[in-house]
Amino acid sequence: MTFVSPSLPAAKPRQPNVYVDFCRQQPLGAVSFVIIVLMMFAGIFSPLVAPYDPLEIDFASLLAAPSADHWCGTDAYGRDICSRLIYGSRTALVIGFTSSFVGSTLGAILGIASAYFGGRIDDWIQRFVDILLAFPLIVLALVVVAAFRKFTVGGVDVNLIVAIAIPILPRVARVVRSAALSVRVMPYVDAARAVGYSHTRIIFRHMAPNVVAPYLIMLTAFIAQAILAEASLSFLGLGVTEPTAAWGLMLSGNAADFYRQAPWMILFPGIAISLAVFAFNLFGDSLRDFLDPRFKV
Amino acid sequence: MSVAETSDDLRARQDTRPQAAAPLLDVDDLHTQFSTARGIVRAVEGVSFTVDRGEVVAIVGESGSGKSVTALSIMRLLPRLTGKIPKGRIMFDGRSLLDLDDEQMRQIRGRDISMIFQEPMTSLNPILTIGLQIKEPLQIHLGMTDSEAQARSIELLQLVGITDPERRLDQYPHQFSGGMRQRVMIAIGLACNPKLIIADEPTTALDVTIQAQILELMKDLSRRLDIALVIITHNLGVVARYADRVIVMYAARVAEQGPADAVFHRPRHPYSMGLLRSVPRLDRPRGGKLETIEGLPPNLADASTACRFAPRCPFRVAVCDREPPLFRTDTGSLSRCHRHEEIAAGKITWSSDGGAGLNFAANTTVPVLSVRHLTKSFATSGGLRRAGGTVRAVQDVSFDIYPGETLGLVGESGCGKTTVGRLILRLEEPTAGEIHFEGVNLSTASPAELKAMRRKVQVIFQDPYSSLNPRMTVGQIIGEPLHVYKIVDGRDQVETRVAELLENVGLRPEMAERYPHQLSGGQRQRVGIARALAMEPSFIVCDEAVSALDVSIQGQIINLLEELQRKFGLAFLFIAHDLAVVRHISARVVVMYFGRIMEVADRDVIYGGSLHPYTKVLLDAAPVPDPTIERQREPRLIKGELPSHLAPPTGCVFSTRCPQVSQECREIVPPLEEKRPGHFAACIKV
Repeated sequence: MTFVSPSLPAAKPRQPNVYVDFCRQQPLGAVSFVIIVLMMFAGIFSPLVAPYDPLEIDFASLLAAPSADHWCGTDAYGRDICSRLIYGSRTALVIGFTSSFVGSTLGAILGIASAYFGGRIDDWIQRFVDILLAFPLIVLALVVVAAFRKFTVGGVDVNLIVAIAIPILPRVARVVRSAALSVRVMPYVDAARAVGYSHTRIIFRHMAPNVVAPYLIMLTAFIAQAILAEASLSFLGLGVTEPTAAWGLMLSGNAADFYRQAPWMILFPGIAISLAVFAFNLFGDSLRDFLDPRFKV
Repeated sequence: MSVAETSDDLRARQDTRPQAAAPLLDVDDLHTQFSTARGIVRAVEGVSFTVDRGEVVAIVGESGSGKSVTALSIMRLLPRLTGKIPKGRIMFDGRSLLDLDDEQMRQIRGRDISMIFQEPMTSLNPILTIGLQIKEPLQIHLGMTDSEAQARSIELLQLVGITDPERRLDQYPHQFSGGMRQRVMIAIGLACNPKLIIADEPTTALDVTIQAQILELMKDLSRRLDIALVIITHNLGVVARYADRVIVMYAARVAEQGPADAVFHRPRHPYSMGLLRSVPRLDRPRGGKLETIEGLPPNLADASTACRFAPRCPFRVAVCDREPPLFRTDTGSLSRCHRHEEIAAGKITWSSDGGAGLNFAANTTVPVLSVRHLTKSFATSGGLRRAGGTVRAVQDVSFDIYPGETLGLVGESGCGKTTVGRLILRLEEPTAGEIHFEGVNLSTASPAELKAMRRKVQVIFQDPYSSLNPRMTVGQIIGEPLHVYKIVDGRDQVETRVAELLENVGLRPEMAERYPHQLSGGQRQRVGIARALAMEPSFIVCDEAVSALDVSIQGQIINLLEELQRKFGLAFLFIAHDLAVVRHISARVVVMYFGRIMEVADRDVIYGGSLHPYTKVLLDAAPVPDPTIERQREPRLIKGELPSHLAPPTGCVFSTRCPQVSQECREIVPPLEEKRPGHFAACIKV
């Protein structure tokens, strides 16, 4: 060749380690990841971690303040709050994370497809989304829970997951669609079409990675909403029911009546939910930046 | 009362300071730095120049050369937190601009110095009327009452050639075309009778006929109103038409500065010599290969004591390791080159490869692509009550492309040239007409035939920034079609092929590891070309493939395309608005206007003896980088702008702007006829 453009010096070959890179580039993300792992650990190995049985009623120590015996105090039935929080992380993770993940992912696919195909398909998808959006999140979830028979797999209430995922779906679909619309007109999508790639390939390989930012933000934000929705449904007796340990349930019900005598009853579940939401949001943010090659030096 | 008189009155009223003999603007040893995550970027280093009253000075340079930053430094519009001026002095009309406080500076901006930006679409506020936006500086800076400001606004709009100004003052920016918006911007710039206007790429976003109108207007206004102009541009033709003096910037420093005639005719710096040679030109016989400046501009974050241009300079010698000062040369210009005397003595000239690079059709009678009566209309949705109309983007377009040939497709924006490209690529479905590719009619082709055609027809896009998926590495981008179409088997094979393709386009194989954002514009365009080549096509649509690139890079890519064409026997449809580039690369040229073909002929016929009035106007409007020619040229300006697609003209589409128009033209749609052998034109007058 007569014209070799001088390029930058050759990149050093190195063994990339995704985890080390992530921790170095996103220290906050690493911290939040540790929190999430701890939560998962507590959820999976609850019986080993928890100091007490979460259902064990101890009339000797009703509303006991936090102490060496009961780190987070006890509730109105004398149940150990710390143990209930640990068992509750199971519910929070399974219901909160799963429903948000399912709802956001389906919503994102629907949104991208809607933007990609356009025309009549777009119209139909968006009118469907409009209908779903017409109902407040909690009302829609209520309808779904009430309409279908309770259905559990391995002790997990699938019905509840679906009920919370459905209202999340249209919200994510709408936001992802708008992002996908701007990606749709990018020349690299035209280039992919000119090469004759299949629709599936263009949607998943060329468009989806470029709308991952709004998707991750919505996903992590809706985890918090899902945990709260689960609490509300539980309060109405449609979700997780007493005496199962669940963070949302611990905040509602009679906990509010005792906030003067026993503030720890709402304080600790509140902290747990905040921490989980904070960790997921932060992790989502870091993941978004980490996955974007443009942020790399 | 003439406008010029009013302006003089106004100026006399405003200007109470004594007129000094000193230049209006005196920039001395200006340094501007930006602190970024990757260290300090020295965007401007030791730039000095003066601008006299009423003078037109052009700053030329490629992107990143520091020309816009110089302007922003003068206006003190640098980003507050990251940009600073550690050294230098800017004297304007007897005041040191760098020593003024913010409030004093604010009074100078828009009143004594005004600025015109590149993008007329975004520099006007879309939700305020034009009138409001013109009156604003008048009321703020000159304290005019509303009625005074209204009167002055009408006067200003007349000055910049907008008809029916009273009515147009109440309209919003979206009701103006791009050229009209730029006129409004100029009107706002003129509003307070500034002494200096800084125009940053004022016509880059405009079409060539509109560009000619705006250039003529600005030149005329600066002469009449005695306003000094600083024009920042990369277009050498614009410089030649306008400037009294030229400053050529390269990598944050002045490479050469001097009178326009000296710099254009007797350049004394290798960079300005190379720059003038690397652009395809309308005023010279078409040569073979373009001479290019190889390589890339240096990274401004790296400090260097050598001559900044040395790494790309073909004449570099040992002494070039030291930074040269600005030498005064025999032509009266200043050159930052140690060897300027040898250049003056004619001892150093750019060698010419010459000869090669002709790309006439191979001897074959079967076209690779044949387009017949292609028509595409888009439905526009009206408001609630209006019915939707149709826009005919492309009407009755027919042409053939033979194997190994380049067909140029020129026209202004909105003429349908890009739509033709998209129709051929099957990114849009044609409304009517046929496309035959290698004998297969694409509208009746089976899915299998279509898929085979997809492999053979590829595309190179204009914007090297958005045509590559930012989430994929270069290797993935080029390797993907190899996987999907199983052109080569196995991972190793794909890697080998990707490396081969990268080498074909002049990139190193290691580039496969990189992401698009880590590459420069020219490198990205090379990746785009490699992606197209991966499919082993026989035909490539180049949609403005070099328009977004800097001049020296543009030459490299054009040469690459020509070399690849010879090597692989490719046919190109080269869509562009730059007439000189099209002339350089094409064997035959199609001229489109408003969705229709105006003229088709061999390249030399089109550029030598065009028949259609539109082609003549187009060629006439294109500036050439030669100040002598530009000064002698009688501006034969085309009037008006592109008609609206919602109310297309009857008869000939060009009849609304044609200098030779008659009643007949408004009634008959002229057919595309063979006026001379191989020379087609759609005009009843020829």
